[in-house]
Amino acid sequence: MRRPGRAMMKTDNRQDQAVRNTITIDGREIPFQPGQTIIDAALEAGIYIPHLCHRSGLSPHGSCRLCMVDIVDRTETLGDSDRRREGKIQEETRSRSVAACTMPATAGQWIRNNTPELNEARKVITQMLFTEGNHICPSCEHSGNCTLQAVAYYLGMLDGHFPPFFPRRELDASHPTVMLDRDRCILCELCVRASREADGKNVFAIAGRGTRARLIVNSASGMLVDSDIEMHDLAVHVCPVGAILIKEQGYRVPIGQRTFDLHQVEEIDLRKTILPEMGQK
Amino acid sequence: MTRIRIATTSLAGCFGCHMSLLDMDERLVSILEKAEFDRSPFTDIKHCGSCDIGLVEGGICNEENVHVLREFRKNCKILIAVGACAINGGVPALRNSFQLRACLEEVYLHGEGVENPQIPNDAELPLLLDKVYPIHEVVQVDFYLPGCPPSADQFFRMFNDLISGNEFSLPRKLLHFD
Repeated sequence: MRRPGRAMMKTDNRQDQAVRNTITIDGREIPFQPGQTIIDAALEAGIYIPHLCHRSGLSPHGSCRLCMVDIVDRTETLGDSDRRREGKIQEETRSRSVAACTMPATAGQWIRNNTPELNEARKVITQMLFTEGNHICPSCEHSGNCTLQAVAYYLGMLDGHFPPFFPRRELDASHPTVMLDRDRCILCELCVRASREADGKNVFAIAGRGTRARLIVNSASGMLVDSDIEMHDLAVHVCPVGAILIKEQGYRVPIGQRTFDLHQVEEIDLRKTILPEMGQK
Repeated sequence: MTRIRIATTSLAGCFGCHMSLLDMDERLVSILEKAEFDRSPFTDIKHCGSCDIGLVEGGICNEENVHVLREFRKNCKILIAVGACAINGGVPALRNSFQLRACLEEVYLHGEGVENPQIPNDAELPLLLDKVYPIHEVVQVDFYLPGCPPSADQFFRMFNDLISGNEFSLPRKLLHFD
């Protein structure tokens, strides 16, 4: 049976029922709850989408762009599959890239995530983040526990590719237990959101524009010591890089036993979502 | 069979990458059946001749580094940035947060226990650059071997890939920046 014409798209009722509240990522159909974003549905179903600025339970941000996925427009007439096989239709021209952390899941979405093209773009973004700051892993206390570094491993990043910025940024060691090394800040605003939404404190903000954007402390002096921050705040622990550190705790975990020595980034990020712990509302 | 020629050098490096290369231990013997060293801290050859592979450890911190790096690029078919310093400046690039003059004055004029304070200025000495740079800021680089230092397993893998003509690749479990 052959039904010609665009009017006969695959939208008959029976099929609508079947795709209600499910999306398909890399060929795997997963459920979602109404209002959920693509990334939250994916992580809950055990599908890893690389991300740095996302944390389930905190409001989405959309700044790191690592979670970009392609939504494929599968609206097609019968017979298109034959024409696709013959190379007359190129699927690439009919997809759009979206940030999975801000895009709501919608019934029937057909999504590509773990593709060589997307991972290459993600690697370039990660290289940009490395060259923008001073990410000197050999001397960083967060090495081995750093999500940025682990994502770079996941994406097979070998070098920074771009000319480094070597920015000069202010270090804030004024607080007795918490310190701020802005050289490594990637402006994900996880600490900003965690402080506002989870800790109820509003300790951090981003100031400045363009490449001068930087993390600031909301205290009269601008110093951490004059803020309300405490070492057990989520804002301190949510930092995915080595920008916010707890003093006098450095280098305690032997090499080989650090978080990302033992686990891949996807295991950790999926666990953070599946197990309710800090960061979950 | 002619053995492939490998040149190595340490620029603003700590020689740790070379030590890690030697950490291949007895596996070096199997490498040396197929390869030989040209200019290298391991040999007495003063200038880099025509080579298949050049390994560069360390970033670029002074003018002599630039000359050596250009000599390597000119003579090596494949130039490889080895270690964190060559790749992004590494720990020495921490000095980029300061003015060069401030660094020199701190060490040679105001440093603890300095006698007859003066900043060395003999023409024999290479001038320091304003900053420490990764080597890809000066020449084209073909491959990167990350790590501080890269492990002996990484070196072994790289040599085997290059000697056998395979595409150089690092499995994820060998990849580290620290």
